[in-house]
Amino acid sequence: MNRSRLREAFDKTNRMFVSALPILLGMLLLVGMVVSILPKRFSHALFSGQPFWDALEGALFGSIATGQPVTSYILGKGLLEAGIGLTAVTALILSWVTVGTVQLPAESLFLGKRFALWRNAISFVLAVAVSLLVTETMALLQ
Amino acid sequence: MNANRQADHTPPANKGTNKRGGWIFLASVLVIYAALFVLNPALAEKSTQAFLQLTWKILPILSLVFAFMFLGNLLIRESVIRRYVGRSSGWLGYAFATVTGIISTGPIYVWYPLLADLKNKGMREALIAVFLYNRAIKLPWLPVLAGYFGLKYTLVLTLWMITAGLVEGLLMEKILKSPESGTRRN
Repeated sequence: MNRSRLREAFDKTNRMFVSALPILLGMLLLVGMVVSILPKRFSHALFSGQPFWDALEGALFGSIATGQPVTSYILGKGLLEAGIGLTAVTALILSWVTVGTVQLPAESLFLGKRFALWRNAISFVLAVAVSLLVTETMALLQ
Repeated sequence: MNANRQADHTPPANKGTNKRGGWIFLASVLVIYAALFVLNPALAEKSTQAFLQLTWKILPILSLVFAFMFLGNLLIRESVIRRYVGRSSGWLGYAFATVTGIISTGPIYVWYPLLADLKNKGMREALIAVFLYNRAIKLPWLPVLAGYFGLKYTLVLTLWMITAGLVEGLLMEKILKSPESGTRRN
């Protein structure tokens, strides 16, 4: 392998990485703050029992929340046990990992504002739609 | 203008603004933290600890991303990227983005620099969306999901998510190309 090519590739990667660092650092700080605040503010009283509205509310909460997906599973399981419907729980799990309100500034800076806004908006709508479809499919498979 | 962009396959992601925007973003978050330290020191301390834990956790993944970017810059030519995930990649591109999205690990934002680089080299934005959507399918966490909600639910959810990823890609393709909303403007 050509030494100068190796050097060139390394320098290019290094430059890209260094320019990405302030965004990644800002992102980590923001996520750190959100994971410290959100679980306390969450209320089970959010859900009404109507599948569509529950899906919407579940997706809304999941969009704002961030952190490891396993947190959404634990929360989802707890909500199911507390009597919250599967649609709301699925919407929460889905939007938790597909919609990133907290990550939106970083996504906009790297991939473009228009791309980030559209992608998150579509992911939100899909979280609601897929949660309803999953519940229907599960009912069919019973 | 657009013709020039297409010729060098560089989307108009304004790199200068991006660089400055990154520092402005970091400064804004630091201002929020400073305010938090004054208003609610306990929460600020908890947030800082969470930040340190997160940073420690993602370091190995960041190294992996750095290695991928280095290997990409060293070995992969733009023509190869355009062939597999470029504008004429068709369904092969969708399949490629789906599989790589599923097997990728770590937080979503760690992948942004690599995706931005691939975008500049000609990757379709729709396939970036497909990749990002399929990152939601976390292979290592699937047994946990199955343990909590059952195998049937896990399979149904995963299949619907793969389908939704494709739908998202197709919608993004249409939206980002639509002339009335401004072709490929960021």
